[in-house]
Amino acid sequence: MKKNKQTKIIGTVTISIAAAALISSCSPVKEYQKSRLNDGEMVLGNRKVEKTELSFQSYREGASGANAGKSGGGCGCN
Amino acid sequence: MKKLFLSVIGLYLGILAAFSQYSKAVDSAQFKPRKLSFEEANIISSYYRQDGNNSAVTGGIGTEQLNDYSGIIQLKLHAWDGRNRKHTLDLELGVDHYTSASSDKIDPKTISSASHADTRIYPSATWTKENEQKGSSFSLGGSYSHEFDYNSFGADISFSQKTKNKSGEFTVKAQAYLDNLKLIYPIELVPASTSAASSSGGHGVNYPTAGRNSFSGSLSYSQIVNQRLQLILLLDAIYQQGYLSLPFHRVYFNNGTEQVENLPGTRLKIPVGFRLNYFAGDNLIFRTYYRYYHDDWDLDAHTFNLETSIKFTPFVSLTPFYRYYTQTAIKYFAAYQAHKTTDQYYSSNYDLSTFNSHFFGAGIRLVPPKGVFQLEHFNMLELRYGHYTKNNGMNSDIVSLNLKFK
Repeated sequence: MKKNKQTKIIGTVTISIAAAALISSCSPVKEYQKSRLNDGEMVLGNRKVEKTELSFQSYREGASGANAGKSGGGCGCN
Repeated sequence: MKKLFLSVIGLYLGILAAFSQYSKAVDSAQFKPRKLSFEEANIISSYYRQDGNNSAVTGGIGTEQLNDYSGIIQLKLHAWDGRNRKHTLDLELGVDHYTSASSDKIDPKTISSASHADTRIYPSATWTKENEQKGSSFSLGGSYSHEFDYNSFGADISFSQKTKNKSGEFTVKAQAYLDNLKLIYPIELVPASTSAASSSGGHGVNYPTAGRNSFSGSLSYSQIVNQRLQLILLLDAIYQQGYLSLPFHRVYFNNGTEQVENLPGTRLKIPVGFRLNYFAGDNLIFRTYYRYYHDDWDLDAHTFNLETSIKFTPFVSLTPFYRYYTQTAIKYFAAYQAHKTTDQYYSSNYDLSTFNSHFFGAGIRLVPPKGVFQLEHFNMLELRYGHYTKNNGMNSDIVSLNLKFK
């Protein structure tokens, strides 16, 4: 139980620090500089072809959500 | 007088010419369809097979063999209104057909019953209104899902707002599912009070029903870090209440007796994650994902995903991927014949046990400028294969195909 709590705290703190560091280091990007960011594979989300993969993972695993897939409900799954 | 008259005529003709130039410029720059127009269509299909030896239908032992054939059609339409706001209508229709050796064991006395196969149909529609000038968008969605023993009505609402410099975006979303399931019990555990003479999943039988509701709120923030790097932070909170067990899952106790799985009537889930995409050099994209999950059934999970897109040309890319997942068991889980009869809640569903898994494979993506197979409107083809394996023996394979038309 103690290890679980420690893992949660470490995980949360790590994500928060990493996110804050990245966001604070942002540099402005003009529209004509966004050619790489606008590439179809740079989209910040799952590919459409992954849709059914997300589905079987929500059935076969206990965790769900935070990935634009099923977070709970809508199916006879966990 | 003549000079004045000619000057006035000249001025008048000049004003007319300037006005016509302005009208033409406005028309050509701002023409956008007012009627709903086709934007794109996607066809996604997949084949999934799995096997293992911990079926929840037979109390945590027995085959988990299953095959699933899935097909989804997505249609995207758009139009602009008088205030230059873009309206998008996303329509989707999905069909899954599965055959399962384990669900065939709901009535183990039959060689094969109607419960060994089922078909799920799930249509949905989402309307989005986007104001490009203000950098905001609003959407409403509805969905329905039907299979023999499960019906679900879903609705969602969301709002997004970009930052002033348009490099960041906040999104808030609320979603609800109101579900209803038929209580199809294992044949030997059908309560005497029910009128279901057979629980083999046969049609024409009046099964008792129970409700299950799920409510979720999501927050996300995306940010462009530099010309090659962007990320998104994701936080969900999900609350479920109602019948959260599955009526055809058996649990065997340490004294040899058995019961139907019994789980609490509420569950609170908190997943938090982030995605980070980086374009390295001219030909390589790294797509990463991490999620931490915790719920009040004491399940903790970590998910790590790394995918690389190797661009041989701007139109052909190979996408190998690897996903690692690990979870701890819910506090109500125990193996076959390990539960005590004094336990208030009990489950032998190995999907809720302690395990870790690996999922790896690769995809290929074709986006030729003149269309796939030289067909102008056939915009993209993506084919992907993955192999999934758990350390408790369950394994599966999935092949997926996405065809995009524009």
